[in-house]
Amino acid sequence: MTLTERDGAAGARGAPDGLYGLLAGFAGRAAATAGLGKDPVNLPMIRHWCEAMGDAHPAYRGPDAVAPPTMLQAWTMGGLSGHTDRSSAHEELFALLDGAGYTSVVATDCEQEYLRPLRPGDEITFDTVIESVSELKTTKLGTGHFVTTRTDVRAGGELAGTHRFRILKYAPAARRPKPAAPETADTKPAAPAVTTKSAAPNIADTKPAARPVRRPRPVINRDNAGFWEGVAAHRLLVQRCGDCATLRFPWLPGCADCGSREWDTVEASGAGTVFSYVVMHHPSFPAFTASDDPAAAGGPYAVGLIELAEGVRMISNVVGVPYDEVRIGMPVRLEFLRADEELELPVFRAEGED
Amino acid sequence: MKAGDELPPLTIPITRTLIVAGAVASRDYQDVHHDAELAREKGSPDIFMNILTTNGLVGRYITDHFGPRAVLRRVAIRLGAPNHPGDTMVLTGTVTGVDGDTAHVRVVGANGIGHHVTGTVTVEVPR
Repeated sequence: MTLTERDGAAGARGAPDGLYGLLAGFAGRAAATAGLGKDPVNLPMIRHWCEAMGDAHPAYRGPDAVAPPTMLQAWTMGGLSGHTDRSSAHEELFALLDGAGYTSVVATDCEQEYLRPLRPGDEITFDTVIESVSELKTTKLGTGHFVTTRTDVRAGGELAGTHRFRILKYAPAARRPKPAAPETADTKPAAPAVTTKSAAPNIADTKPAARPVRRPRPVINRDNAGFWEGVAAHRLLVQRCGDCATLRFPWLPGCADCGSREWDTVEASGAGTVFSYVVMHHPSFPAFTASDDPAAAGGPYAVGLIELAEGVRMISNVVGVPYDEVRIGMPVRLEFLRADEELELPVFRAEGED
Repeated sequence: MKAGDELPPLTIPITRTLIVAGAVASRDYQDVHHDAELAREKGSPDIFMNILTTNGLVGRYITDHFGPRAVLRRVAIRLGAPNHPGDTMVLTGTVTGVDGDTAHVRVVGANGIGHHVTGTVTVEVPR
């Protein structure tokens, strides 16, 4: 799990991921060659399918029955006894993914074209190629790699259909250890993240957050560590050039005005105004609203560009005012928001409230 | 049939039986489609419908509407919010184009937590 989370963070930032280099090499390799359907196309399996689907289409019944085209993949399935015809490339790819902790599978996309009907008695053969393996993606289910394959399905040697399939091989997202405060706003407090209303899962839709209701972790490095030390002490520190005294924010190693690498800090008074703002409607990101107003979790939220009294600007949240009432020029005052047990952030409260 | 036509919605109660029957009929024995305990270990609150069943239901929705002569030519779907037992999925469709006897239909299946499936279907309806 630790490995997965670390890789997940790296992937989200677009940093190199050693595993990905290996995975990408599988594109174009065969996953199954001359695979053989375990059963010829047959009426009982067609009937069981139609029964399950509630499908009463007359073409799938009677002496001239054809198989429902959407059964295409079913004829290639390994079933309870599994596949015996998969290539070593397929085995290696899945072993790599399993070994890296991406042990769970969920299908996300299926694209099928039907070239000729399948009839009882047709013997099925198929060839599958690994089309691509994605970079590391973080979804609401967890972090992992999408694997896309393309299968040509033949009946009696003749191409009957093509089947493109995408799965996510993933490490399940860590479940929150105990019901945290934001969860109490959910309709199903005991349910894990994937069902909470504030986090309607869309497995094909990747989002840069490992835990649905936690904000992304800041990337702290030697150039900005002083800023985060200031936040921890509830001080908003702005850099000041040691040579020309120009203030700068965000934190950088050198002065953009004179190039000097000398600097010290000044503590911001906390007064500021909204210089500009945008309102995020989509994608829904509950972490940014859950702690401010649980009832609005997942709804729109305002992102403000705050001009501090000292003259520099920073991007932050504007709290204490509905997202649609944030205005340019609105006076705001610094406060520190405890987003979760590990993360505290400077935010700005609209003045005149409370 | 013409572009812009709306198909009448089809409401499908998502029962545990439907999920398991669909998984078995499609020969998909992944535990997350029949074993709630193992599904929970994998981060899901319960079992969920497999993609082959969703594919079959989308195909059925289209041929139910276009009638006994309708033949599916292409079905392309993407899954979103999972179908768990106790939920209800409402399939809706819009004809986006017609080319002779062939119609292109955009399909959405919405459940209680969002869009379970979005996709496009090409269906031939010989006159």
